[in-house]
Amino acid sequence: MNIEIEEISKDFGTTAALLPVSLSIPSGTLVALLGPSGSGKTTLLRILGGLEFPTAGRVLFDGSDATGLSVQERRAGFVFQSYALFRHMTVFDNIAYGLRARPRKSRPTTPEIARRVTKLLELIKLPDIGARYPNQLSGGQRQRVALARALAIQPRMLLLDEPFGALDAKVRKELRHGLRDIHDTTGLTTVFVTHDQEEAMELADLVVVMSIGRIEQVGKPEDIRARPKTDFVREFITA
Amino acid sequence: MTNAMIIPARRRRLRSATSEPTLVKWLLIGLCLAVLTVLLFAPLIAVFDEALRRGWAFALASLSEPDAQAAIRLTVLVAAITVPLNATFGIAAAWAITKFDWRGKAWVITMIDLPFSVSPVVAGLLFVLMFGANSALGVWLVANGFPVVFAVPGIVLATLFITFPFVARELIPMMLEQGRAEEEAALTLGASGWRVFMTVTLPNIRWALLYGVLLCNARAMGEFGAVAVVSGKIRGQTTTMPLMIEMFYNEYLSVAAFTMAGVLALLAFVTLTLKSALEWRYADQLAATHRH
Repeated sequence: MNIEIEEISKDFGTTAALLPVSLSIPSGTLVALLGPSGSGKTTLLRILGGLEFPTAGRVLFDGSDATGLSVQERRAGFVFQSYALFRHMTVFDNIAYGLRARPRKSRPTTPEIARRVTKLLELIKLPDIGARYPNQLSGGQRQRVALARALAIQPRMLLLDEPFGALDAKVRKELRHGLRDIHDTTGLTTVFVTHDQEEAMELADLVVVMSIGRIEQVGKPEDIRARPKTDFVREFITA
Repeated sequence: MTNAMIIPARRRRLRSATSEPTLVKWLLIGLCLAVLTVLLFAPLIAVFDEALRRGWAFALASLSEPDAQAAIRLTVLVAAITVPLNATFGIAAAWAITKFDWRGKAWVITMIDLPFSVSPVVAGLLFVLMFGANSALGVWLVANGFPVVFAVPGIVLATLFITFPFVARELIPMMLEQGRAEEEAALTLGASGWRVFMTVTLPNIRWALLYGVLLCNARAMGEFGAVAVVSGKIRGQTTTMPLMIEMFYNEYLSVAAFTMAGVLALLAFVTLTLKSALEWRYADQLAATHRH
């Protein structure tokens, strides 16, 4: 699904989190929103997911206006910064949550849910942890469970907020490849937020560099590295 | 620097940095037990001792008196009305305060504490002034056959006011600490607001909720000051257990007074035991729902 962001802006009270920004994301790309904290990247991601609504501007999914769509109608697979797994549910129940939340007509049968959850656990390469609780998992395992839970609803896009932020350096490297693999097998348009330029450059097809509510530059990692458009971009990617 | 300076002159027993010497430890435990004995155990024993001074039969007979029975029924009724209502209000208040941002939130948080900071007697007077015979509303209510003051509705209102903070106060810090991320995650997975509340919010707060409800119940049954003002202390009609205890005591019916006090104390025991039993039974889930 391609995503079109048209002149989106967002104010929180009197402070502007996003100045009008526009961005076009082709279907199936893996996009990094890269910037320091306070650059509006998370706000933009949350607007895409329907968790915040823009003060002005439009969001188009596959050409049709999605600005007013509720968070449930967006069907965006969202992975939160600290994963937000339901701590009182097993891993299995966490992943099955979205399927069980469907209206009765479109809800899969219990065996079908079990089959899909098992398949997702295999996809994230953790087939045996279905009965465990989130607090019995390592940080890396939690991240992958959050990913599986987001994928369970057969999302139209995948949105990840600092997916590697809470992990140590070694696990972070491993999981980068994990995300790349999952993106390539599902073919989903994927947007992730990061403040780590190395992560963005290594992983993404398209990097969007942001600073204080503005998009500084959009481009392939090698183009941004070779031809930074502004001083901010040059400083940020060499930092 | 020589080696002699690094090696301590005398070998000391090693213990972890956060533990105290044995003497200090026992001193602290002893002090704690002494305070508990004087303030808690001794009075409790005294209550039951006094109640049973003339034997079980006499104590139980004092409870089966019609006035005593009416007082027990009224107290249970008031608790049965106020506790569910305040549990609902408490959840609603905590939910609104912790999951949404709106103007005047800080003010509302302060107002929730009001019943704690206002003397119960003042709270009682407030209801008398509002619904009593000197207000137009009170006159109208009496004329229409629904007296509030010196009647059960007034007692319920006063108890509601006094016990309002318990559930909300238990829930707010916990829900603030848990944040909104799990609710947001459930929303992105397609769950409706109600479903999110039932499957994510409520299970996450159930222990704090249970504790708040138990505290609320204990206070609803035990409230004296505010209820004393609004009830009018009509025997057999508007006399709750705490009021009954005072009346018995003032009439030198000490066995009856202390027996009823013992019943109130036992009710407290039952709630505490229930809480401990539930915590023990669900220890695994309890550990799982706490932050890692």
